[in-house]
Amino acid sequence: MENMVNIFLFGKKYTVPANLTIMTAMEYAGYQLVRGCGCRNGFCGACATIYRIKGENELKTCLACQTTVEDNMYIATLPYFPLVKQVYDIEKVPTTETVMMQLYPEIYACVGCNACTKACTQELNVMQYIAYAQRGDFEKCAEESFDCVMCGMCSSRCPAGISHPQVAMLARRINGKYLAPGCGHLEDRVREIQNGDFTELIEALMQKPVEELKELYNTREIEK
Amino acid sequence: MYSEYYQASLAAVEAAREQNVAMEPARMTAEQKATLLATYHPDYKEHEFSTLQIGPNKGDKVPHELAEMLQAHSRITADDVDLNTPAYDVDVLVIGGGGAGTSAAIEAHEAGASVMIVTKLRMGDANTMMAEGGIQAADKPNDSPAIHFVDAFGGGHFAAKRDLLAKLVCDAPEAIQWLSNLGVEFDKEADGTMVTTHGGGTSRKRMHAAKDYSGAEIMRTLRDEVLNRQIPVVDFTSAIELILDENGKAAGAVLMNMETKELMVAKAKTVIIATGGAGRMHYQGFPTSNHYGATADGLVLGYRAGAKLLYAETLQYHPTGAAHPTQIFGALVTEKVRSLGAKLVNKNGEVFMHPLETRDVTAASIIRECSDRDNGLETASGVAVWLDTPMIDMIGGEGTIEKRIPAMMRMFMEYGIDIRKEPILVYPTLHYQNGGLDITPNGMTTNIENLFVAGEAVGGIHGKNRLMGNSLLDIIVFGRSAGIHAAEAAKNTTLGALTLDHIAAFEKEIAAAGIETDAVSPKLLPNYTKLKSI
Repeated sequence: MENMVNIFLFGKKYTVPANLTIMTAMEYAGYQLVRGCGCRNGFCGACATIYRIKGENELKTCLACQTTVEDNMYIATLPYFPLVKQVYDIEKVPTTETVMMQLYPEIYACVGCNACTKACTQELNVMQYIAYAQRGDFEKCAEESFDCVMCGMCSSRCPAGISHPQVAMLARRINGKYLAPGCGHLEDRVREIQNGDFTELIEALMQKPVEELKELYNTREIEK
Repeated sequence: MYSEYYQASLAAVEAAREQNVAMEPARMTAEQKATLLATYHPDYKEHEFSTLQIGPNKGDKVPHELAEMLQAHSRITADDVDLNTPAYDVDVLVIGGGGAGTSAAIEAHEAGASVMIVTKLRMGDANTMMAEGGIQAADKPNDSPAIHFVDAFGGGHFAAKRDLLAKLVCDAPEAIQWLSNLGVEFDKEADGTMVTTHGGGTSRKRMHAAKDYSGAEIMRTLRDEVLNRQIPVVDFTSAIELILDENGKAAGAVLMNMETKELMVAKAKTVIIATGGAGRMHYQGFPTSNHYGATADGLVLGYRAGAKLLYAETLQYHPTGAAHPTQIFGALVTEKVRSLGAKLVNKNGEVFMHPLETRDVTAASIIRECSDRDNGLETASGVAVWLDTPMIDMIGGEGTIEKRIPAMMRMFMEYGIDIRKEPILVYPTLHYQNGGLDITPNGMTTNIENLFVAGEAVGGIHGKNRLMGNSLLDIIVFGRSAGIHAAEAAKNTTLGALTLDHIAAFEKEIAAAGIETDAVSPKLLPNYTKLKSI
């Protein structure tokens, strides 16, 4: 007999095998998911979930696809959270804190409660990356927020109404486009290709009999 | 956290680790690879395939599960919708909101077309989001598009359409530049040099990455750009049937709201199918690394309307799916783990192959180790071999795992397995649809005008096996190209009267072939209710 536990999906009790994730437990219980289910592997942030273990005070947050059920778990999924995403032109944005003052001024109303960090399903230091964004240190903000899956849990707990994942998204794009060092060998190669430097080589490969290509492939030198 | 059963084997792996790190395993010869594949690769199991009885690929073999969907009934008849009152009327209709669809939409928008995206879940719920390891481009001085071509052509068993592959490798550096200019954060040295590694079957280190969130970083940036451009995105809505015009050109799609089941008509001068892969079809009962909606919808839509498939019988089983714990069975363990130095080790602590052979060869080798050679370990979900992750920090220095593959570390830490200290158990998982709709280099299907395809729904770019990092690349290269060409074609298109006549015509074919089925398609979503774990 499988080890079973009792869970409460939106308050209703179901008995499910103890080795399931919250997501597969919902399916075991009979839910055909449309909302709250995306990549099923912890990357897309579709399955943000809140739960509390009976008798405990702490309200916990997680991704339903990455979390194993526990006995007496009271579960509510949060498949959508109304984040604010400001529209901007990446070709024209300022690359200093001015951009945050213009697009996401509410970050300066952060009260420092750290509820965002406590709520993060990826265990990121959310309040810290918002602090970096406030002072226009987008490189640090990008680094600190990099593993964000934009599930929105942080924002659901924020008394200042900040949309943390969108703030970080803006910081990362500014960092990637403007602040990170440029790449010389990439620019060179794009230019060489546009120049047609490889056209002859490629055309020769297009014409070669398969047997010759097999020989080329099987004897090619492999970089260590 | 491994149970008592694994301890003796773990001790053997640990004892041999130093020696295993130092050794350079031999690569297989072409003959050895051919024999291994024929004996152990799932694509070679004839009883797992059906012969198509109807449609443009009549006589070809495809997996049973795909054959059932390709030869199933439509979800609707022509009478269910009024083609004269479209809910949407655009130049370019993009079906699918993953990396290919968003790239196409951005370029079509840039070209001045009116464009919309329809996607059955959310924009970004796609295999792109889950691609971990990286994206190839021959941009280093010791590399060239020609070398990239040879690697990919050989890795795909010399079956790729050469004109598609040439486009893939020649447009690759510009694709990286385009992503960089959108703000994608690639791993770089302090001087801007790209940090690149090998993938299985590459002869140069050309794998660009953003930690092991490469696809997620690309996807969220493209999504942000679509939103900035205010391109209409109709989410939780699937395309369930293509619409043609009286001249046989693609002219839109019938849409269905996934929650309310409301049907709507989207009229368009050109259509781009960017619906992605098919892992959730669970061919041959394999688990999958794919996202929830990967059900081959685009192949079904195209096929019923008369578009041809190419290599639909070839699937990619990623060699290293998680085999333990059961909660993450089938989840992707990125090839980058091997790029960074981890080797595959059997229950006796022996390295049984070079860790960077191509994916099909590696998967077949693991299956051999776990079957005829009996060198695998039992897990709750099947049999498995070790992937010796602690080797990575031994080779790259302490902190390498944390810095380069944080997602992997997080995924296993959730279950008490510290991959810096303990190896992990792996077995092949259904990962990629090598085949798909047949296209020309501008992205249009070979036999339906104004029907474009991009991304995993395309067949022929990679041949019969795909190299790591060439799929993130193809969604960008062919996604952008499809967007540009579809916008251009839309300018020169005047639509005739819309029809859904192909539905009835296909029904006739089903009846004439004597196919008896209750199945309807596209599948849209798998049904896991009452399943214990997938």
